[in-house]
Amino acid sequence: MIETLLWHSAKIWAVLIPLFVAVAYYTYVERRVIGHMQDRRGPNRVGYRGLLQPIADALKLLFKEITIPSQANRVLFLIAPTMAIMPALAAWAVVPFGEGLAVADINAGVLYILAMTSLGIYGLLLAGWASNSKYALFGTMRASAQIVSYEIALGFALVGVLMAAGTMNLGGIVEAQAGPFWEWFWLPLLPLFIVYWISGVAETNRAPFDIAEGESEIVAGFHVEYSGMAFAIFFLAEYANMLLISLLAAIFFFGGWYSPFEGIPVLGPAFDWVPGTVWVLLKAAFFAFCYLWFRATFPRYRYDQLMRLGWKVLIPVTVVWLVVLTGLIYAGIGPWF
Amino acid sequence: MSFETPDFSLALPEIWLLGAICVVLIVDLFVRGSRRSVTFFLTQAVLLVTAALAITTQWGVTETTFSGHYVVDPLAAMLKATLALLVVLALAYTRPYLEARGLLQGEVYLLALFATLGMLIIASGGSLLTLYLGLEMLSLSLYALVAYHRDSRQAAEAAMKYFVLGALASGILLYGMSMVYGGAASLELAVIAEAAASEEPPLLLLFGMSFMLVGVAFKLGAAPFHAWVPDVYQGAPTPVTLFISTAPKVAAVALFLRLLVDGLGPLHETLQPMLLILAAVSLLLGNLTAIMQTNLKRMLAYSGIAHAGFIVLALAAGTEAGHAAALFYVIAYGIMAAGAFGLIIVLSSAGTEAEQIADYRGLNERHPILAGVLLLLMISMTGIPGTIGFYAKYLVLKAAVEADLIAMAVLAVIAAVIGAFYYLRVLKVAYFDRPEVPPEGSQKPTGPNEGSVGEGEGATPSRPDGAAGTVLVPGASLPIRALLVVNGAAVLVLGIFPERLIALCQSVLGAG
Amino acid sequence: MEQVIFYLFAGVLLFAATMVISVRNPVYAALFLVLAFFNAAVLWVLVGAEFLGLALIVVYVGAVMVLFLFVLMMLDVNTAAMREGFTRYLPVGVVVAGLMLLQLIVVILSEQVDLIGGLIPEPSAEVDNVHAIGQVLYTAYVYPFEIAAVILLLAIVAAISLTMRRQRPNTQRQDVPKQLSVTKEQRLRLVQIDKKNRRHTSDT
Repeated sequence: MIETLLWHSAKIWAVLIPLFVAVAYYTYVERRVIGHMQDRRGPNRVGYRGLLQPIADALKLLFKEITIPSQANRVLFLIAPTMAIMPALAAWAVVPFGEGLAVADINAGVLYILAMTSLGIYGLLLAGWASNSKYALFGTMRASAQIVSYEIALGFALVGVLMAAGTMNLGGIVEAQAGPFWEWFWLPLLPLFIVYWISGVAETNRAPFDIAEGESEIVAGFHVEYSGMAFAIFFLAEYANMLLISLLAAIFFFGGWYSPFEGIPVLGPAFDWVPGTVWVLLKAAFFAFCYLWFRATFPRYRYDQLMRLGWKVLIPVTVVWLVVLTGLIYAGIGPWF
Repeated sequence: MSFETPDFSLALPEIWLLGAICVVLIVDLFVRGSRRSVTFFLTQAVLLVTAALAITTQWGVTETTFSGHYVVDPLAAMLKATLALLVVLALAYTRPYLEARGLLQGEVYLLALFATLGMLIIASGGSLLTLYLGLEMLSLSLYALVAYHRDSRQAAEAAMKYFVLGALASGILLYGMSMVYGGAASLELAVIAEAAASEEPPLLLLFGMSFMLVGVAFKLGAAPFHAWVPDVYQGAPTPVTLFISTAPKVAAVALFLRLLVDGLGPLHETLQPMLLILAAVSLLLGNLTAIMQTNLKRMLAYSGIAHAGFIVLALAAGTEAGHAAALFYVIAYGIMAAGAFGLIIVLSSAGTEAEQIADYRGLNERHPILAGVLLLLMISMTGIPGTIGFYAKYLVLKAAVEADLIAMAVLAVIAAVIGAFYYLRVLKVAYFDRPEVPPEGSQKPTGPNEGSVGEGEGATPSRPDGAAGTVLVPGASLPIRALLVVNGAAVLVLGIFPERLIALCQSVLGAG
Repeated sequence: MEQVIFYLFAGVLLFAATMVISVRNPVYAALFLVLAFFNAAVLWVLVGAEFLGLALIVVYVGAVMVLFLFVLMMLDVNTAAMREGFTRYLPVGVVVAGLMLLQLIVVILSEQVDLIGGLIPEPSAEVDNVHAIGQVLYTAYVYPFEIAAVILLLAIVAAISLTMRRQRPNTQRQDVPKQLSVTKEQRLRLVQIDKKNRRHTSDT
């Protein structure tokens, strides 16, 4: 009994601690990468080439005072950050980092991920409402409408993955893609992958869909009243979600822990020594980089354009492609089905 | 697991209707024109074909498909044809009224089609799940239709009440169904009937049954679950009221026949006392309250509750003759109610609602034909021989007496006599009262021979709604007035030659 | 162990459900409802219905209640007015609730009801929950399933027909084709500036 509890918590921390570190350095990478894209240097003073910058930021936030607006709803104001971070971390429980390397290998894994990501919005809702501030409420309204809309497209895109893989288990989905890179799902599910990725960016409220916190319009949206650790927790949740979406893109569409050269005569064995986990993380890192790339490239969407894209473009595309996909599966086309 | 591919051809009426709904939905998007002629005629054609399909493909067939969820039998065929035809009749009245109030949109017909689909699903529902879903489809469309006049406070209030109470009733029905499912371990009505027929039926079935009865009584509008009826009848746009009081009533009887006869028929002995209470309360409350009404729509609502009492009494008899009587009664009521509300629609124009009884003063002098229709409808609702209403009441009483419910039959007769008072009062107003001289500046009373041409919507824009002394000017076009006359005549013709319809009702229920 | 978890979550569920109907602030009520849904989902997962449990969270917690809260936060709901009749109708409510409770007790305690076992199928090791539901949903229950789909279509039609009014004058609608078909000539005006008469501010 005690041993199982200890074992489980060890597994949980084995995921969480690297995640925290990854989030910290993701912010560093973000500033450096965007800096270079904009012909600046980015942070380079704390430590060697600024490598200690995230630590310094974390310490700064830790020691800052958490101010609570006098007219705010104190209880909900303080609950909101936890409501944001809990599902963001809980979702990582089913993510496989390699063959059989997941905290909990459950059958309804995809559904669990959807359930957890859909819970994250309560943090935003509560934060915006409890702050008792106009900008925060605007941000909340925008965010909740946006997230609910894009969740549908995201869910539909994942339905395509389920149909192709025939299972909801994340490990099973990866195993269904065993083979070289052209046997992964991104090819037969290309429209769904694009929809997934766009909705994923929108779900995490990142540029160009960051209307919820658009700093030039509504200051910082739902977390405008937060400071110190309370703010840091929102930050942490957002970046954990971004990393999750990137990792899931690798798992759902890009063959998870399989090497892209799997099964190719010469190249395949040449890369046999690379562990699967490295492939997963490399693929995820590419998508995480795309997040930053988008942020540095695209201007922000207007609210009505965002809604139109979600409802009138993405959802119809997924529905049509699900029908096409049914045909593909029924006909048993290609190396995939 | 073993699975038999369902026989889709058996469900042809529903499949056709659903396909047609999708077509109408898209056609309506691209059709311009304020009168929505294309949508309207398409809808009517779709419904007529549905009725024809129900008769041609399902009459005389007795089968189940879709793993027992779908039942085909003569009752289903007859119900479906009746429902579709009643909807055709109801929709035929809608256009002038809605057009005059800027409510004429394709969605009205679509919602009506969806409601019809829901009713068809009820008519051949073979499991609790199907019946519930069919009922929800019907109710959802009706909520939306009642709320359709968005700028009217009355309609919004009516829709809100209808929705909240309806949702509650659905919840209670579902709760009962969950108990029945727990008791019988199956959703299929045939299996439930077996469980109910066992020597010691599970107690859960009995509890479930009483909850389900509440849900059904609500849909039927029987007291004491009638609270929504007067407000909805009065508040909803009149064509919607007309619609609600025709086909959905038949659907409610169908729901009863499926749920509490096909499914829990063996428990009828336990059910009977509850039904008798419902019948008695509905008869007395409906008739007594109707006397005090000054608003014709509200009066008809209470009269509808009283009629629901008769229907419940027929069902309480529990015999096949009783079920046939209930079916006949509800069809007869549908035709009469369509006529009565159709008359209100015909007499309403852009600025006026012909809903106060006082508005009908001197109707005979101005529009003798319409007054004649009113006469027929009212005496038919009273139950005077020679009209369809008489045979409806006669069959119910006969079934009740045969089932040894003599006291209830006597009560029903007394209630009918009380009811005669308010129906005949309307006639008195229409035939013997002088129309009041309208206030100055308003229009002259129209003579008996004019008032059809040139006095349409434009001439009477700003009269206060329902004020006493309003002069009613028919706002409807000639074909609709002709339809009303035919509707009135049908009450008479079916009253003189009712045998075929009665025989039909009896044959589909295995009686006679 | 499972018992402890069950009673823990069932207790929270009951507490949350009670709070939904007793708190004054509608936003709190909605949040407690979320909590109740969540706990109910956990209970379902506990009896082996993981698909239903997670679907409950995705649909009700993740979508329905969010929209609910969305509306609640935008409206200024006057709770005092809503509770006016509360004490007046309390006796009736108590009687009805008591009757239903009594019925339930009678049903559960009666000898005829064999609620334990029988109806709840044992979770089997070979076919997991998701597969089991998928197998019956599209075969034995395909007819109700399709009806449910039609009801959703109906809900869309009804909601749009009730809320969308084309003729309202003061709404600001974006006409996308119009926006996209804008040409440079419509928006940009080139003005020829006379060089000689130009006003100089810096180099006079």
